[in-house]
Amino acid sequence: MTRWAMVADLRRCVGCQTCTAACKHANATPPGVQWRRVLDMEFGEYPDVQRAFVPVGCQHCDEPPCLDVCPTTATRKRADGIVTIDYDLCIGCAYCAVACPYQARYKTERASFAYGSATQTETLRFDAARLAVATKCTFCVDRIDAGLAKGQTPGVDPEATPACVNACIADALAFGDLEDPKSKVSQLLAENQHFRMHEELGTGPGFFYLWDKEDAS
Amino acid sequence: MKQSSTRGPTHSAKEAYNFGPNPWQQTSWDGRAAGNFIGGGAGGGLIVFSALSGVQGMALTLMLLAGLALVGGGLLSVWFEIGRPLRALNVIFNPRTSWMSRESLVAFALFPAGLAAAVGLPGAAALAALLACLFVYCQARLVLAAKGIPAWREPALLPLLLITAGAEGGGLFLLARALPLPQTQPGVHWLWALFMALVLARALLWLVWRTRLAGVAAPRALAAIDRAGALLLMLGSLLPLALVVLVVNGPSGVAATAWLLGAAGLAAALAGAWFKFTLITRAAFNQGFALKRLPVRGTAHVSGTAPSDPKGV
Repeated sequence: MTRWAMVADLRRCVGCQTCTAACKHANATPPGVQWRRVLDMEFGEYPDVQRAFVPVGCQHCDEPPCLDVCPTTATRKRADGIVTIDYDLCIGCAYCAVACPYQARYKTERASFAYGSATQTETLRFDAARLAVATKCTFCVDRIDAGLAKGQTPGVDPEATPACVNACIADALAFGDLEDPKSKVSQLLAENQHFRMHEELGTGPGFFYLWDKEDAS
Repeated sequence: MKQSSTRGPTHSAKEAYNFGPNPWQQTSWDGRAAGNFIGGGAGGGLIVFSALSGVQGMALTLMLLAGLALVGGGLLSVWFEIGRPLRALNVIFNPRTSWMSRESLVAFALFPAGLAAAVGLPGAAALAALLACLFVYCQARLVLAAKGIPAWREPALLPLLLITAGAEGGGLFLLARALPLPQTQPGVHWLWALFMALVLARALLWLVWRTRLAGVAAPRALAAIDRAGALLLMLGSLLPLALVVLVVNGPSGVAATAWLLGAAGLAAALAGAWFKFTLITRAAFNQGFALKRLPVRGTAHVSGTAPSDPKGV
């Protein structure tokens, strides 16, 4: 069995937002919608201050709260752990948006474009099916499926890997199969101390954050 | 505090664009969604009280129709909020896990049962009351299932919302009794005592819920809850209590008694409605983002647990 997951190394992320831009480019999300975004968090008071850049988005949870609440079955979880939305079923009630503890879901009521009127690219890639319904990070599921069909390995072959991971300049993002001990994500998790966001809610996020080496005290 | 580099200003009119690490008010559901909980609770409660009252004839018909109108108005209100209203019937597709689907399915049963009761079909009033209870229960569970909002997922909210619906419905019932409706029977007089019990239970449950939220919900959410709570306790509890005490002890006539009880009911219903409006539109802060640990970079910094209140940059 496969369980796709993402790992973000908080020590490596520099907050450049390249992943955010890559996601927007790959998925043609409208202004204000960031399926992948990077929070810039500051801790402490001057002069003892630490800063962390935190990639966030849909955590593709084991027990997604959005899945249970969805009244239409538009939100589904695949056997490989990816949580998807059927835009043709969704009624845009936004119940999933208030149920998600990661604020990963968006609903755009009407078409909007970065510079007012649509650019040529925005015109080409505009998808009316995504208006007034819930949208979120898909782990670039189309790339994964297409890559797998070609015999590629997501997380290894760029063509089969989420755009944000490909774009990361600091190698802070990794993607792969949690069930495969040889995958990059499995190895990173074995070698480093990690946590998941809001784990106490029992959602079982498929998104891990590395914060130190495994042997650190 | 600095702001998220990817978003606009915090605490501004553009709340929708505040995506920093600290909690912010959800913007997915607005007053239209609140209207569903307000109408559904009050309408469901009114149907239950009407069925319990033993009132017959046109008075019962009008009360049941008013209850159904409130429930229907609430559903219509939320219909205006959904993004794809023409697909609204898809809402019933997931009764296996979704309380919104269950709420909708119960509503589908409640309306024919309520209409049957309104035209005087024997036994229909009891069925309508049962379905109204179920409808309100579904609504309360619907809110509770929203894990993203700490104030909503607190289990004490479930009895609070149920009792609030009862208090609102009881209040509207008392108000209806004060109106010059054609009432063939006097109704059951102990219902105002039940109404007061519900009002007092609501105040108590609000205090329990508020106590459990301390330290869990965002400060701004708590401030909104406290403001609505003050109204709930003063206008929605103490005032009705004072009016009922006046009725019990005062040498007032039948008409004055009815109007005093009606005023008590109206106050309780309005305070409940405002509480729900606040719950959905002003106290629904998410929990933001949190790091359990800070990243350890280089060798100079000592690793530690992340403070609970990060500053978004």
